[in-house]
Amino acid sequence: MSLSAVRAGWASITPALAWTLLFFVAPFLVMAVISLHPQEAGGFSAANYTQFFANPSYWRALTNSLEVTLLVTAVSIVLAYPFAWILATLVPERWQRLALMLAVLPFWTSYVVRSYSWLLVLAEKGIVNDTLIRLGLLAEPAQIANTRLATIIGFSHFFVMLLTLTIYANLKQLSPNYRKAAADLGAGPVRAFLHVVLPLTLPGIMVGAFLTFVLAIGDYITPQILGGNNELLMPQLIMMQIGRRGDFPLASALSIILMVVVSIAYVACARWLKIERA
Amino acid sequence: MVRAVAVVYAGAIYAFIFLPVLVLVLFSFQGTLFPIPPFNGPSLRWYEAVLNDPRLTSALGNSFVVAVTTSGLATLLGFLAAWGLARFELPGGVLLRGLITLPLTVSYLIIGMGLLVFFNALGVPKSLIAAGVGHVVINLPLCFAIVYSQMGEHQANIERAARDLGAAEWQVLALVTAPMLWPALFASFFLSMTFSWDEFVISFLLTRFDTTLPVEIWNLLRAGLNPKTNAVGSMVFGISIVLAIVFELTAFRRRPQ
Repeated sequence: MSLSAVRAGWASITPALAWTLLFFVAPFLVMAVISLHPQEAGGFSAANYTQFFANPSYWRALTNSLEVTLLVTAVSIVLAYPFAWILATLVPERWQRLALMLAVLPFWTSYVVRSYSWLLVLAEKGIVNDTLIRLGLLAEPAQIANTRLATIIGFSHFFVMLLTLTIYANLKQLSPNYRKAAADLGAGPVRAFLHVVLPLTLPGIMVGAFLTFVLAIGDYITPQILGGNNELLMPQLIMMQIGRRGDFPLASALSIILMVVVSIAYVACARWLKIERA
Repeated sequence: MVRAVAVVYAGAIYAFIFLPVLVLVLFSFQGTLFPIPPFNGPSLRWYEAVLNDPRLTSALGNSFVVAVTTSGLATLLGFLAAWGLARFELPGGVLLRGLITLPLTVSYLIIGMGLLVFFNALGVPKSLIAAGVGHVVINLPLCFAIVYSQMGEHQANIERAARDLGAAEWQVLALVTAPMLWPALFASFFLSMTFSWDEFVISFLLTRFDTTLPVEIWNLLRAGLNPKTNAVGSMVFGISIVLAIVFELTAFRRRPQ
């Protein structure tokens, strides 16, 4: 390769590289350095990190986040799988695209607005309580808004759709021959599903589950609008540090801890997440 | 039997998916002060209130400007980088590819926090431009990945032919490569637009008074349930649906099988 070609190659990637280094890598390094300069103690120390593990209320935010995120992931898989299966196998081929587009349609609202709409639905005088009381199933309105349940419902709404897409894509790639072969070898529909179809759709489940985990654990809006301040999740704890107290070092340390948790999830799922080149 | 269960189940999931949007849009036409049952309407008073609220309309304009400029920049940078890495065997190419796509694996919250701390240390004030910088950070890897995945050998041959015919490198890029890749470029630009348009946390952290629509909606809803929030939310929904239909009709229809 000629020297001018090498130069053209470097010249074309330099802007993107510079942008990434300057506005992504450098801020991250600054955040890491600042996290080691605690606001109160001063000087250079790991106090923000030791404090995180020593202070039960901080630690609680991480376990809350993990509990909520894992629960959301599990609920979304359980709800999405049968739906994806129905779309991929029972809906006639030419209606499938329309059926999927319909399932994605409501997500064209702004995501702040989506959480707010769930608040309307779940509020004390909202449509769910109103309907249940009219039907005589409830005497008093149930407290759903500002609880963990509301956060989980709000999250699951989006992730059921996301997982439906990844599982559907996976189911469509499966040749029907697998099911036929299983049937020829004497497996009933249930056995064929459990031993053949389900293991073959594990990649679709895992890709969706990983996306769910990463997107849910870093989200501030859904727990803040729907869960309220009764129990804090990690993003709420981080935002609280910069909002009320202006404690950038602690917020930085918490952000880095959150990022480490996401990285661990990534490593755990890495074998399912191979990105293939077209 | 299986069919009946399937129809009921799919119906229930669709109901779950559509419930909040239907409630949102229905109560945007509420005639009274609260967006909760019973429904009183239809009335357009809250739409009128939104259009007469200068903060909301200017936030709408800001969101649009930020989305268009940052998507344009992210698409341009992503395209150039994808071309450089696909066409030239640069030392450390795999590493560079990894570096450029790295922001995809990091939460927006952390990217926003990093930029906040960084700009704060440098004394850069909060502004729409600061938020725009963050939007390019989140969309650049996406644009890069989309364009890179569409770069094939047959295009390289056409580029070689253009070079043989005397085109300079920038002419090849602008007059040959870019037109060949236009569906990928359009998809990158469009996806970036939708992400930027909807992005909340980076804009929230990096802007102050002049801000984007999601942040302004957030300010509005902190004051409590209000049909005005329903109206502005329904309008955003309408705009997004129109954009989605445009995308569907242009990007997918023209792509040859």
